[in-house]
Amino acid sequence: MQTAFSKLDAVIAKYHGRKGALIPLMQEVQELEGFLSQATMRYLSEQMQIPAAEIYGVATFYSMFRLKPKGRHTIRMCKGTACHVSGANGISMALREALNLGEGEETTADNNFTLMEVACLGCCSLAPVIMIDERTFGKLTPEKIPAILEKFAFVQEEK
Amino acid sequence: MSFVIKVGMASCGLAAGAMDVYLAIKQHIQSSDLPVILKKTACIGMCFEEPIVEFWGLEQGRIALGKVDPQTIGSLMDDYLAGKQVQGNVILAEKQEGVHNELFGEQVRIVLRNCGVIDPESLADYEAAGGYQALAKALKMDRKKIIEEVKDSGLRGRGGAGFSTGMKWSFCHAAKGDKKYVVCNADEGDPGAFMDRSVLEGDPHSIIEGMIIGAYAMGAGEGYIYCRAEYPLAIKHLKDAIEAATARGYLGKKILGTSFDFELHIKEGAGAFVCGEETALMASIEGKRGMPTIRPPFPAESGLWGKPTNINNVETWANISWIISNGAAAYRKYGTEKSPGTKVFALAGKIANSGLIEVPMGISIRDVIYKVGGGMKTESPFKAVQLGGPSGGCIPASLLDTTVDYDSITKTGAIMGSGGMVVMDENTCMVDVARFFLNFTQNESCGKCTFCRIGTRRMLEILTAITEGKGSLEDIEKLEALAVNIIKGSLCGLGQTAPNPVLTTLRYFKNEYLAHITEKRCPAGVCTALLKYEIIPDKCIGCTACARKCPVNCIAGSVKQVHVIDQGRCIKCGACYSTCKFNAIKKG
Ligand SMILES: Cc1cc2nc3c(=O)[nH]c(=O)nc-3n(C[C@H](O)[C@H](O)[C@H](O)COP(=O)(O)O)c2cc1C
Repeated sequence: MQTAFSKLDAVIAKYHGRKGALIPLMQEVQELEGFLSQATMRYLSEQMQIPAAEIYGVATFYSMFRLKPKGRHTIRMCKGTACHVSGANGISMALREALNLGEGEETTADNNFTLMEVACLGCCSLAPVIMIDERTFGKLTPEKIPAILEKFAFVQEEK
Repeated sequence: MSFVIKVGMASCGLAAGAMDVYLAIKQHIQSSDLPVILKKTACIGMCFEEPIVEFWGLEQGRIALGKVDPQTIGSLMDDYLAGKQVQGNVILAEKQEGVHNELFGEQVRIVLRNCGVIDPESLADYEAAGGYQALAKALKMDRKKIIEEVKDSGLRGRGGAGFSTGMKWSFCHAAKGDKKYVVCNADEGDPGAFMDRSVLEGDPHSIIEGMIIGAYAMGAGEGYIYCRAEYPLAIKHLKDAIEAATARGYLGKKILGTSFDFELHIKEGAGAFVCGEETALMASIEGKRGMPTIRPPFPAESGLWGKPTNINNVETWANISWIISNGAAAYRKYGTEKSPGTKVFALAGKIANSGLIEVPMGISIRDVIYKVGGGMKTESPFKAVQLGGPSGGCIPASLLDTTVDYDSITKTGAIMGSGGMVVMDENTCMVDVARFFLNFTQNESCGKCTFCRIGTRRMLEILTAITEGKGSLEDIEKLEALAVNIIKGSLCGLGQTAPNPVLTTLRYFKNEYLAHITEKRCPAGVCTALLKYEIIPDKCIGCTACARKCPVNCIAGSVKQVHVIDQGRCIKCGACYSTCKFNAIKKG
């Protein structure tokens, strides 16, 4: 548990008793904590009086919910049709190679990046596209990847 | 009149750098103390020209500039202010040459009437463009008359299936219930489509107005807009618009002084394609896993929380106020007998002018691509156009004269779908495209129906094997047999249409499947397992350019020495191939 229960309780109180509240509640809790831990889901279950299995079922059904912590930066790799036909696969391979991520792995060992594949970022004219946090990088080629990642490299905080 | 500048700041503009342009303009206005009104607008659809800035208000009339550079925009502003002709990259202009003046002329803008024109965050702008007048008119009309008008317009649902909107409304109107709901489907899950996003971002009030009119006609007191969470700007604009409309008395209690009450909420999706299906969408609004359920009962009888519910797509709703204001007959002036009106398409892929367009139904696909879309992006010739995303299919060059209407497109094996149109050229592998979509549907299947859950997986495995050169001729028969069973054995549209991308590519591009299977060759040079990049020793001069470009450093060799690619580590990205100036790299 990362957040004090009081903050969590405030969110729960906001949704308690409202119809159809579970998904927005879980979204807001994830916003607060970065991901949905087992402990958090159990706590939600007790407080909302919804079976833990139902909460877990919702968490695993929707791709937005994360059961594991996220890295410092989020890379969203567009896998839309336009990006696909414009060479998104090469970008994806170059990203995995540069981040040293194996098949199925999402977060780098230094916890600096989490790589997520998303259905469509909706800027098809810039294909292929990735987004790192709030910034969009378009018209990519594999060889541009290392320099882009460099901009987000983890630097130890200066004293 | 004074000088007004509008900057296109929808997602696509922002991604292309519109914020820097906006700040540069603001800076220039402040530092030179210029008499300029700076406004934000959304997307006029010319994504390929973003960032876009429009000047108007002075003698020279409206001028839209494309690919604007924050460095030079200041001097263009000075020119316009001084009454001179603006040079720069003028894409549209009232009184001078604009490179795309003609392209724009082919379009008819009903749904996109305000997109890129008004400030979506300003209710006053929407009202000035005639907004909420249809609502005022509708509230004075008999409810049945409103539904008749929508029926007469012939408007068909723009979410994909094309069911008559007026009919659907009449079912919900007739349904008995103490409470009714209207829902807007803004889940837009088709990867490669962004029509709905543009309307949500660029003209949120048009959707809201349509929903209020619909709610009044059907007797619904509450509504939901289910918007995918991947569209944060759309959600923000919707929230602000709902607040503004409530404050002005268009939403809430006793709307415009009548006895009609209507409350509107936004629900954010959480990332599941199947939630675009109406019964799954309602389950998701209720806070459950978004699994489709058997129809009947249809939502019109028993929908959200068991109450009569009417669901329409964003584009469908955005048509309503126009139809009420202008009448069914005016709407029918566009389009065909069975598919009246216009359709918005998102053009993407290997097309010159990727972006958003709105054309009258009945136009040919050829005209959409070559006239409105400006033709192909590169020298590589047209191969196919994909319509309808994962539920749709690929239409080949021989069928380019097919007209855009529900029935003609369905005949090709594709579907109209929600409006994604992805153009493919000779560098696109059709087996890979089929695999891409099956990978998508296989991932997104909710798992309820066996054939959809496991059948799509089997199809994906077979397609993967073919793209890796491990396929056999029987695989084609297996794909066809699986397709039939998945279509028959699935409850909702996801499974029922999942085989379409495979069936259409098999129908029109079987030779490509055969090349992969019998010759172990990918004609388009896409399938990496069948690809190999090699350096031709005789041609390599050892310039090191490829080695420096290689993202995985797998090319060895020193200056003026022949280089070698380490095949074991090569990720086949093609960077070396496109870098080499001496044609010393062989792709095969
Ligand atoms: C798998 C699946 C996904 C769908 N996704 C969407 C979608 O993203 N947006 C949409 O408007 N309709 C979608 N639909 C269609 C809806 O079920 C429904 O027909 C539509 O919202 C009705 O609105 P309309 O009559 O205005 O088209 C989808 C259907 C299926 C089977």
